[in-house]
Amino acid sequence: MAATKVVMPKLSEAMETGKLIKWLKKEGDRVQGGDIIAEIETDKADVEVEAFGAGVLRQILVPPGDRVPVGALIAVIAEPDDDISSLLGGAAATVAEAKPAAPSAATQSPGAPPAPAPSPPVSPTARPAPITAGAPPSEPAIAPPPAPAGTGTSERVRVSPLARKIAAQAGMDLRLIQGSGPAGRIVRRDIEAALGSARPSAAAPAAVPVRPAALRPAAEGPEYEDVALTTIRATIAKRMPLSKAPVPHFYVTSEVAMDRAWELREQLNLLEGQPKVTVNDLVVRASAIALVEHPNVNASFQGDSVRIHHRAHIGIAVALDDGLITPVLRNCESKSLAQIAAEGRDLVERTRSRKLRATELSGATFSISNLGMFDVVNFSAIINPPEGAILAVGAVRQVPVVAPEGLGIGRRMHLTLSCDHRVMDGAMGAKFLQTVRQLLEEPLRLLI
Amino acid sequence: MSVITYREALNAALREEMHRDDRVFVIGEEVGLYQGAYKVTQGLLQEFGPRRVVDTPICESGFTGVGIGAAMIGLRPVIEMMTFNFAILALDQIINSAAKMYYMSGGQFNIPIVIRGPGGPAHQLAAQHSQSMESYFYHVPGLKVVRPTTPADAKGLLKSAIRDDNPVVFIESETLYAVKGEVPDSPEFTIPLGRAIVRREGRDVTVVAYMGMMYRAMEVADQLEQEGLSVELVDPRTLRPMDTETIISSVRKTHRAVVVEAGAGFAGMGSEIVSFITEQAFDDLDAPVERVTGANAPMPYARNLEQAKTPSKDRIAQAIRNVCYQNGS
Repeated sequence: MAATKVVMPKLSEAMETGKLIKWLKKEGDRVQGGDIIAEIETDKADVEVEAFGAGVLRQILVPPGDRVPVGALIAVIAEPDDDISSLLGGAAATVAEAKPAAPSAATQSPGAPPAPAPSPPVSPTARPAPITAGAPPSEPAIAPPPAPAGTGTSERVRVSPLARKIAAQAGMDLRLIQGSGPAGRIVRRDIEAALGSARPSAAAPAAVPVRPAALRPAAEGPEYEDVALTTIRATIAKRMPLSKAPVPHFYVTSEVAMDRAWELREQLNLLEGQPKVTVNDLVVRASAIALVEHPNVNASFQGDSVRIHHRAHIGIAVALDDGLITPVLRNCESKSLAQIAAEGRDLVERTRSRKLRATELSGATFSISNLGMFDVVNFSAIINPPEGAILAVGAVRQVPVVAPEGLGIGRRMHLTLSCDHRVMDGAMGAKFLQTVRQLLEEPLRLLI
Repeated sequence: MSVITYREALNAALREEMHRDDRVFVIGEEVGLYQGAYKVTQGLLQEFGPRRVVDTPICESGFTGVGIGAAMIGLRPVIEMMTFNFAILALDQIINSAAKMYYMSGGQFNIPIVIRGPGGPAHQLAAQHSQSMESYFYHVPGLKVVRPTTPADAKGLLKSAIRDDNPVVFIESETLYAVKGEVPDSPEFTIPLGRAIVRREGRDVTVVAYMGMMYRAMEVADQLEQEGLSVELVDPRTLRPMDTETIISSVRKTHRAVVVEAGAGFAGMGSEIVSFITEQAFDDLDAPVERVTGANAPMPYARNLEQAKTPSKDRIAQAIRNVCYQNGS
């Protein structure tokens, strides 16, 4: 039984260090692959750390409250009689010097509480991060990106060459993925499951639980396409950032008559056994449909080309007391309203309780920010690069409206789309918004 | 297009090429009066006479040497081995003379010769008469090696082999002589050497096989289709030169491969195929390539042991499920 290293995971491109919040298992506890063993805080969210192997949590190397570089060893899982000294000793000498206190303390009190109080005031550089060997965190030594050849065994991830390639293309950290192949090998289906891709593959049956009702077949074809820039687009792309760096925003606003959508939502929410539908769910659904219809809005500027996304991975801004997180609801274009409602609610709840999975933190192609619950009439949101647009949703308010038969009361909502001018122009944004408005004003379209 | 047997297809190839080129002649044991031990040369003696259909004593090294000499002075002999097991007696002629003459004569003599006959596992012929002989030949630089699976391939490839200016080892199979299939009638129909064929298209896994193993793999592919596995079957047809391109592009599509061969696995055809897949398509593989081979043992006589030595449908299916990670692992 091979020992398993537990390392500080890299949860986003920008993440360099992570803070250990608490250990949920203590040294000596038996763990299974997939057990949640710790919680860490990243620059974006609190995330649970899974055990990627079974065995006994032999040694905890980072006490709660400490911040360590991505890739640093934070614990070792192994069988009780496995010799783990070689794992601990990536740089054996330093470890031997730095570590005598911790292991002996652990063996003396195997049932010690999660904070095993390593010899207290150790200077940060001498902290038991064996691989860094006391040196300033140098990238290659800590987290070698899974190398094609066996460059040492320390960070070896078992992964098929194809899975490695797909993960690299998707910018995914292999250490976050649980392999389903022999000896835990990560194979293509594991990556695809993690990406939430519904690419059909007979070799990956039953990987994703399927909701039978109202499920649309996932869109066929590639995730995106790269379209060469036209001359005009290239010129706009060059000039616009000069006026408002780095992303030249413009805004289009529209007022939506929400009377019928409001009524529909109330009717839907009377149905037994169906997830409660919020106004935001209706907006997500309408946006997903509109994004497919107006792919120019579902696009990213990338220097010499514009990437048109063929999936609507929608980021849903969730306000927290201390900030904002935008978890991603993937493949909204192929999700029914009920699915969006159920999965959206789950996503928001887990965002609030900070139980997001790493893959849910990035990869959005478009975002929605809703301040309607704060009775905001309208506002302009800032684009979340590399997305090309973000939709700001205001409150549904009862206002006087002019109807053919005279003055009446109607429900109205303001939508403001912030657009990246390098990717699209005003008319493109306006047409998208028009589609969203039409869908919301004829809301039965959201159900088909 | 006619539906004829593999045996008739070979016979047609010989007849057509003998009509086309009067330098072509057939030589071997029982090829004339007896009409061929497996009747592949049936009717040729009557049609072309004893100068072009030559019966020989039982002496493989002798008549192979005669053929090589004839080739050196401009004839195009087709040498029949009654079975390829007997070609072992002529190995020195084939390897040291036929394969190397062009090289050692500095290009003065090429050897346009075909050495043909049945080989591979047959039914209860035991250790000395039931063995896959191709590995003894495809290792040798200077030889081309063909293993035709279908009647159409048998005809088209034999004609190309006869027209080729180099020595070609053409190994048929006792178990396939009676197999029927559609074969083009045209005397100009040929299949180029060194060209593989995708016999069945699939998504999930590439299975490389030839001869009897290809037929077995086809049955397995049908069976696995029920389980939702889509198997692509590639038949190399010519083992040397090998059409690696067709195999590699199939593997790039399916990301998984299984190689089936009837012969013993050690340093067998499968080893070579796995090697170049790994060299050329490593980053496309989602699983290690598996081989299904004959056991590393002489072929037993007993029917049950003979079956145990040869790759079974179950073993092929198992290997396919393995590379597709369908075994609950």
